[in-house]
Amino acid sequence: MVSNRSDWRAEHEDILREVGNIGAGHAASALSALLGEEVKISVTSARMCAFNEIADAVGGDEVVAAGIYLRMTGDVHGNMLLMLSLPSAKQLLRRLLPGQQETLEFNELEISALAEVGNILGGSYMNAIGTLTHLTLTQSVPAVAIDMAAAILDIGILSAGEVCDEAILIDTVISQGKFDVQGHFFLLPDPDSLTTLLCALGWCT
Amino acid sequence: MNDALRQEAELVRKIGIAEGGVARAPMRLRTSGLGSCVGVVLYDATAAVAGLVHVMLPTSPVGATNVTKYADVGVPWLFEQVMKIGGKRDFIRAKIAGGAQMFASAGQSDILRVGPRNVEAVNHALNQLGVPVVAADVGGNVGRTIEFDIATGRLSVRTAMRGTYYI
Repeated sequence: MVSNRSDWRAEHEDILREVGNIGAGHAASALSALLGEEVKISVTSARMCAFNEIADAVGGDEVVAAGIYLRMTGDVHGNMLLMLSLPSAKQLLRRLLPGQQETLEFNELEISALAEVGNILGGSYMNAIGTLTHLTLTQSVPAVAIDMAAAILDIGILSAGEVCDEAILIDTVISQGKFDVQGHFFLLPDPDSLTTLLCALGWCT
Repeated sequence: MNDALRQEAELVRKIGIAEGGVARAPMRLRTSGLGSCVGVVLYDATAAVAGLVHVMLPTSPVGATNVTKYADVGVPWLFEQVMKIGGKRDFIRAKIAGGAQMFASAGQSDILRVGPRNVEAVNHALNQLGVPVVAADVGGNVGRTIEFDIATGRLSVRTAMRGTYYI
């Protein structure tokens, strides 16, 4: 068990990072097209992360953030979460919905626009994985929550939580030139789908 | 950190996700960012002891090692722990919070409904132990941070949008 885990750390994190890189590339170009501005990818990392540390990636347990959740089904099952800080979400909305009056709250139109961003980014991510692996993947309708980061992340780590105390994070920070919209993209394959995913990437055991 | 802040911090025991722990007055027990997870406080006011567990899932799979992750085994575990530090079976009461459905708009999958299922499992476990639930703030679609003051028996519930209240 222990050796399996360390093998996983040593080798498979590299593959997942590669998946992350390609997915992030697709997502960035889709977002660039959506905003009419060049979007850059500043960091991508893939790692195993204890549940307790996940929220730190987005600034702490109780920091209020916007979360967009997509469920991935098909050959590989998993959860996808795009997390945006509130200023980043507002910045993005300023570009997406010009002329809207700025409020602290998020109205229905803004929530729907954020869901669409999640849809596009999630879709790009999944297409990248699908193309790379020849797996058939589909995504659910996006769902949006504006709340404490840790509370939003609960849902992402749940299915991983059935069998282990850590989650796989493919964490992508996307920033948009002078507008500096940053988001973390979390891809959390279900544990029983991880083998399928790694095998499709050429790492059959 | 100045002395006042340090003293303050020393009085709070933080419980992480899928963790549990016990303490005595004047300590406070705190867990942050409960979404679909449920925070279960078991306390004996007369002995001034309490425990808190932050459970993620309703039922434990075969061979589960981390008991504090699951409602069905985490609640009885906490009950034992509270008795170990002086809680009396007949005096132990429960306060619970959490179990939200964070993404209300996509209710079709079992995963998204885990909040309500967690609450059910916690209530069932408490019922089996014969522990009365004296206060609950569960469900809805909001995240919660809770802090239990063992000395007063008050549970503060903080939400992102609706401020802090006590149950």
